[in-house]
Amino acid sequence: MTSSGLRAAGGIRPRAHRGRIRSAPYLFVAPFAVLFLVFLVTPLVIAIVSSFFSVQRSGLGFDTPGRSTVFVWFDNYVRAIQDSGFIEGFGRVILFGIVQVPVMLGLALLFALLIDSALVRYKRFFQLSIFLPYAVPSVVAALMWGFLYQPGVSPVVQGLHAVGIPADFLAPGTVLWSIANVTTWGYVGVNMVIMFAALQAIPEELYEAAKLDGASALRIALSIKVPLILPTLALTLLFSIIGTLQLFNEPQVLRTITSNVSSDYTPNMAILEVTSNQNNLNLGAAMAVLLGLVTFVLSLAVSRFDAKRMKNS
Amino acid sequence: MTSTDTRSIVSPKHSPVRSDNRTRPALWARSLTWVLLVAAVIYFVVPVLWLFIASTKTAGDLYTTPGFSFAEFALWDNLEALFGYRSGIFWRWMLNSGIYSVLGSLLVTLICAMCGYAIAIYRFRGRRVLMSALLASLLIPATVTAQPVYLLLVQLGLNNTMIGVLLPSLVYPFGVMLSYIATLSAVPTEIIEAARIDGAGEFRTFFTIAVPLLRTGLTTVLLFSFIASWNSFLLPLLVLDDSTLYPVTVGLVDWSRQSSSVAQLGTLTIVGSFVSVLPLIAVFVALQRYWRSGLAAGGVKF
Repeated sequence: MTSSGLRAAGGIRPRAHRGRIRSAPYLFVAPFAVLFLVFLVTPLVIAIVSSFFSVQRSGLGFDTPGRSTVFVWFDNYVRAIQDSGFIEGFGRVILFGIVQVPVMLGLALLFALLIDSALVRYKRFFQLSIFLPYAVPSVVAALMWGFLYQPGVSPVVQGLHAVGIPADFLAPGTVLWSIANVTTWGYVGVNMVIMFAALQAIPEELYEAAKLDGASALRIALSIKVPLILPTLALTLLFSIIGTLQLFNEPQVLRTITSNVSSDYTPNMAILEVTSNQNNLNLGAAMAVLLGLVTFVLSLAVSRFDAKRMKNS
Repeated sequence: MTSTDTRSIVSPKHSPVRSDNRTRPALWARSLTWVLLVAAVIYFVVPVLWLFIASTKTAGDLYTTPGFSFAEFALWDNLEALFGYRSGIFWRWMLNSGIYSVLGSLLVTLICAMCGYAIAIYRFRGRRVLMSALLASLLIPATVTAQPVYLLLVQLGLNNTMIGVLLPSLVYPFGVMLSYIATLSAVPTEIIEAARIDGAGEFRTFFTIAVPLLRTGLTTVLLFSFIASWNSFLLPLLVLDDSTLYPVTVGLVDWSRQSSSVAQLGTLTIVGSFVSVLPLIAVFVALQRYWRSGLAAGGVKF
């Protein structure tokens, strides 16, 4: 906080440099700050403002003849909430999240603990194999699994049929879980790498004593390692919740091969449908703001929970 | 890595601490671990393997031969068909993805590095606001801003241009955070002080002293922003009408959509998907060191 603005400032500072030093941080930050303002803050403000307006076809238009933009208070929000497709989409991603997020993070934690344990040789090979799907763009992953779900080409479907299981991965009741499989496949790896890194950061002394007392590896994992990486787990949970609510790429791609994914299957798809195809930007903005609010509240809940856990332990 | 390799699981009966490392864990534990990890490798790798096998088949064999066995090896013919379709539009898409990702990630890294470095090194007015804004921005779903960004680009006359896809992708708050953490852990303030006393300007100090020290952290930012750009789908979908500007993701989904009416596109989508994955897998294998260590920094500290 001293005049030079340098962290932990001290020592001699030639006078001539002061001016330059003072402006330096702003010059460093400027490119990001400008882009951040233009492409994140401004659009956010536009979205919020336009969600309170509506374009109406009446006389007295001031932008286009015959059309006028009117302030409509919360009308768009009311319409969004009454839009059954939009709300069903919400229910769908929440159901999806309740099942998929624990499965994905559970698998990630399991593999991270296994690879962290001394039981495993070829750690790098296993890590790379599990991380590999992260190199596959989610769109391509969905296309690829899309083929693996189609009876005509899929060895998986054919194999299941051969042993008498009439699997249909694209039926109305199963397609949601087929999407869940694509996201699980894609994101277990990156979560595993994050958790593994946290496990590696635990000093060994912390469980040396437990080891000497004869605690089993499983015991050490569950009662020492897992509690110690709780903050990391909370972080992965946070990112997974955000990702789930924003589910878009995978269902959008599977929509190209099955009619059982509707155009408003997830909130994000509904927003795109309303804004692009029905050309109702204001309603779309209201839906987007609602989605943002739900995301924000859930994220806040997770970080609160995390903070509490930290205090207790 | 080595420290864990020697780390051992329990061995209740042997008390001397170091000899622990040589005792072998129970057989059942080893077998179970082995089974689980092999199952994992099958689940995570085999779909990509299938994609490769499917890419080597003729359209006829694709539907008539068993999925996991090779048939007549038609990979080269398929690649020729892929690159020949509509006078090589697929090349164009790969090139576009390359441009968006390479140029985008280089710029992102520079921008994030400067910002993260400044937040870590200087105390300045607005620093706290900036940090809170960064954290908050991680919680904003991309779709909330997607439509307004599109409208903004229309206003600027940048819709349906490469710049229109590039510019919004340069906002990468996660990269700023990684750079900030990297600076805190890799750039000692004393070095900056020393450079300053020697009369180096702030920017020279950054480029000649800080950037080399930040190599690992910045490579991680580069890698992740590269992946983010290569994966990007919604923004280019909204911004672009002209199919010659598509990145490969948008192009492939477009083919998949048309494949119900144009039979040839089914095979081309498979081959194209396979080809589109190769550059990223190569980057991943080559930069292993960075995603392993870089994610550690990001994951542990935030």
